[in-house]
Amino acid sequence: MKEHDDKKNAARTVSAAFKVGIPVLLGYSSIGFAFGLVLVGSGLPWWLSPVMAIVVYAGAAQFMGAGLLAAGAGVMEIAILTLLMNARHMVYGISVLDKYAAAKRSKPYLVFSLTDETYGLVTTIAPPAGVDPVGFYFALSAMNQLWWVLGCAAGAIFGRALPFDTAGLDFAMTSLFVVLLVEQTKTVRRAEPYLAAAVAAAVAYFAVPPGNFILAATALTCGLLLVARGRLERGENREGSARR
Amino acid sequence: MNRILATVAAMAIVTIATRAAPFLFFSKRKPPASLDFLQAYLPPALMTILVLSAFRNVSWAASPHGAPALAGAVATAVLHLWRRNVLLSIAGGTAIYMALIRLIA
Repeated sequence: MKEHDDKKNAARTVSAAFKVGIPVLLGYSSIGFAFGLVLVGSGLPWWLSPVMAIVVYAGAAQFMGAGLLAAGAGVMEIAILTLLMNARHMVYGISVLDKYAAAKRSKPYLVFSLTDETYGLVTTIAPPAGVDPVGFYFALSAMNQLWWVLGCAAGAIFGRALPFDTAGLDFAMTSLFVVLLVEQTKTVRRAEPYLAAAVAAAVAYFAVPPGNFILAATALTCGLLLVARGRLERGENREGSARR
Repeated sequence: MNRILATVAAMAIVTIATRAAPFLFFSKRKPPASLDFLQAYLPPALMTILVLSAFRNVSWAASPHGAPALAGAVATAVLHLWRRNVLLSIAGGTAIYMALIRLIA
């Protein structure tokens, strides 16, 4: 009887996580597909696409890494750029420390698979009542990566079988960021973070070389946000929290 | 081949390190309030920077003056505000960009 209940609970957890992850299924499979096409189109071996999806599992960094690999960049150069590009992940973990505190064996995987989108879902969607939260987060994280791996593999295999002009397909990444920005404006309804980022980006555009643009703009934005902190926190109390 | 595998390994290690850092660093101590504040407002700011960074390498002076990228981004945003369907927004915006770089470049 116990075993039967466990199975039923597991099925309920997986189906709840599947429903919550449907937007990621659509996004990851299409972006992954585009990544596979771009990778094969730039002359790299097709198997690199699913391998990167499994062991690296970072969208923007994968596009950047594949582009630089094809252009003949060195290992150190790509590693440093990956670090700068993914430095934002260091901030993500802080907001899920509590949620992931109860995880035991699944914790290393939960941490490994904390992408932008998984972070977004874990911090905005509450697990349904009666479902084990850690199991729910684990199922959600694993399914998200599964969609990514399938998309990356399919794009690379298709791209090899049906060669066509893929120029401009990498714009899918820009579109993804635009979509995420629109989603952010629906939850964080304060002008300051967007203005701070725009000002920082303008300064970084003129002040630093292109390779350091994201890092410089991010660092400057953190500084500007901390300066505006008093203002933002007073506003929060009046309008209700913008957090999470 | 070895260069490809070494690069993938380096990217994997660096990415895991960035994701694991807060868990390793704050497993015993409490994160300061300023970090907690930053993580609440960084996501919208970072998305703004990531969108703008896509325009970092556009050559505004030369024809077609960044029009395909601007049109693609605006189309994505409008589609997303209208239907809020991730796949539709990304496919639509990318299709417009791909069509424009072939038609007006």
